[in-house]
Amino acid sequence: MDILNALVAFLNFVFIPAAAYGAQLALGALGVTLIYAILRFSNFAHGDTMAFGTAITILVTWGLQSLGISLGPLPTALLALPFGIAATALLVLGTDRAVYRFYRAQKAAPIIFVMASVGVMFVMNGLTRLLIGVDEQRFDDGARFIIAVRDFREWSGLVEGLALRSTQALTVVVTVIVCAALFWFLNRTKSGKAMRAYSDNEDLALLSGIDPERVVRLTWIIAAGLMTIAGVLYGLDKSFRPFNYFQILLPIFAAAIVGGLGNPVGAIAGGFLVAFSEVAVTYPWVKVAGYLFPDWQPGGLLQLLGTEYKFAVSFVILIVVLLFRPTGLFRGKSV
Amino acid sequence: MSSNRQAAASSPWRAPVLFAILAALFVLEGTVRNGMFSGSWNTSLAILNMGLISAITALGVNMQWGYAGLFNTGVVGFLAIGGLAPVLVSLPPVEGAWAAGGPRLILSLLVGLGTLALARIVYGRTRKVWTVALVLLVGLVAYRWLFDPAVTAIEANDPARTGNIGGLGLPILLSWLVGGAFAAAAAWAVGKVALGLRSDYLAIATLGIGEIIVAVMRNEDWLARGVKNIAAIPRPVPYETELQQNPAFADFAAGWGFGVAEASGIWVKLCYMSLFLVVLLVIILLAELALKSPWGRMMRAIRDNETAAEAMGKDVTARHLQVFVLGSAVIGVAGAMMITLDGLLAPTSFNPLRYTFLIWVMVIVGGSGNNWGSVLGAVLIWFLWIKAEVWGPNLIGVLVGPLPDGDIKAHLLGSAPHMRFIAMGLVLLMVLRFAPRGLVPEK
Repeated sequence: MDILNALVAFLNFVFIPAAAYGAQLALGALGVTLIYAILRFSNFAHGDTMAFGTAITILVTWGLQSLGISLGPLPTALLALPFGIAATALLVLGTDRAVYRFYRAQKAAPIIFVMASVGVMFVMNGLTRLLIGVDEQRFDDGARFIIAVRDFREWSGLVEGLALRSTQALTVVVTVIVCAALFWFLNRTKSGKAMRAYSDNEDLALLSGIDPERVVRLTWIIAAGLMTIAGVLYGLDKSFRPFNYFQILLPIFAAAIVGGLGNPVGAIAGGFLVAFSEVAVTYPWVKVAGYLFPDWQPGGLLQLLGTEYKFAVSFVILIVVLLFRPTGLFRGKSV
Repeated sequence: MSSNRQAAASSPWRAPVLFAILAALFVLEGTVRNGMFSGSWNTSLAILNMGLISAITALGVNMQWGYAGLFNTGVVGFLAIGGLAPVLVSLPPVEGAWAAGGPRLILSLLVGLGTLALARIVYGRTRKVWTVALVLLVGLVAYRWLFDPAVTAIEANDPARTGNIGGLGLPILLSWLVGGAFAAAAAWAVGKVALGLRSDYLAIATLGIGEIIVAVMRNEDWLARGVKNIAAIPRPVPYETELQQNPAFADFAAGWGFGVAEASGIWVKLCYMSLFLVVLLVIILLAELALKSPWGRMMRAIRDNETAAEAMGKDVTARHLQVFVLGSAVIGVAGAMMITLDGLLAPTSFNPLRYTFLIWVMVIVGGSGNNWGSVLGAVLIWFLWIKAEVWGPNLIGVLVGPLPDGDIKAHLLGSAPHMRFIAMGLVLLMVLRFAPRGLVPEK
């Protein structure tokens, strides 16, 4: 039994990657859930809007880098992030004005909104391709590791190494800050309370003198911020490829539904739940088991599912929740 | 939705005129050679054949959306699983594959399905989640114990050439029906779970099943060789080379004034076209008959007002499941036809934007709820999608002509292919907003 090495291997290959991925999913799911709470539809354009915001951020990052501006150990993308958020906010406000507002006035069925969001998805996808192409882009700079494998080995004297990439730590820190700010906004400010009131009961909110268009605009701006931050963090941590942002839509939806659509706390919990299950199910546990039970020689890799099937994990979680608790773990909006 | 269904009836000439314009486009493509058209009948017919397959897919989607208001975002998956059928049904058997692990593989799949069924029964009887979890865990271990060695054995069987389970060697046309059955089975499983909840949930669940089916086909080499692709799928029509060696055909081609190589291509495509037309017309006939029957009236009543239909004693969820399975079966047939036409199963080519959302543009543009509208929209949008590859760069070339040479101009010229996505998105948004009933509205 070598508990320390097993623990380090677990932290290194499961806990840290899953925490970073979970934070990215949580931010994405928060955006989906906010739009759902206020506008009452599932936004299929979410992934591609994330890609658009990230693309703008990458372009500004390259601009800053060519000017010689950097943030020292932190990635330059953080400095470019406000530009990305601003551009995305303008774009989604424009889409709302041009597309969704019409259906809101008509009180169209939610599925029509979803359909319209598919049209928006096409346009966003094309815009992103136009801006930056379809190839993979890497844009992280600054310090690579907070804890490097070799330093950790020397420091601890263990066989197993532990690496903490700066992007992973950054992801979690930024997510904590963003979530704290969002909850402060929703619970403490007048606009945030107006948003929650509108989400709870539209008619009552209207009677209390809340301007629905203002609430909707605020929602889009916040969602644009969440989308861009989530997209940039995901791109920094892995790499930027527009198609990956379309594919991340499924885990994000799963996270939002698991937590209960329309419930921000649920979205965060759902993001981490989906991420941890995905990593835990696709990780080959043979190494950890080798440290814990040195005498046991398992036949395979002790991997429940190949990494190619990580989307199946979010799908299964989604199905289980739909079967047993369609409103989600934290009681979202009505079914 | 209901507000624009009962709008004033449009002119009865509308559909025939639109179809005539569409036909004229294909004739132009076949005869005129300039910056816009290729002037080759081979190209024109190739576009038409794929357009007809898109039309059948669109018919399936239209059954789900137009008749029942169900939003299926996993069309790509149902097409892909339908495309598996020609491989499993019509390819000649692979020597040694069955002996290597066939029975064990089948047994493992049965154990897998049995576990799911057992878990369901146990849950129904006991309502204890932990018992169900135990059943699932034991079932999973048994499944993997049977499945993994069988797969390894099959994939080790001549991996350079085959390494898959192989087909049954049955006629290819039979595989079209089997493709429909595969897709129907997948649709039943998803629909059983996701229907009866809010409408967005089906959209999200089908998005998932679509990605998973494509992932399975990409990674399970024993099934259809995964990304190594399956080529040389049997054809229901003669091969070009056979025709070219046939002296009678050479005379026939010369009589029409074509070279023998060109004529053989055209002849093969015409054969495919006739087959596809037969399938398309049979499906339309059945769909129209169903729509005019009491069943069709009930479906429309459910679509237009679920609450009222439910109050009248209609089982809305069961009817939704029924029409969802039927529509998916039609999509599966289209998938099998597509793979037959290509003669190649390449799982990497299944892209959701192209195979799910483009089909949706076709249905919405054509006129949701109207079968002829879906056909028109499908063939038209497919024609434009293909031609936009040629027209887009030309158009951009004209537009950026006055710009000075440099990076921006080069970037714009290089990005012309991406304009198709923006254009399709705009078309969808415009039609949805300004003509929600489409080109050929529902009667």
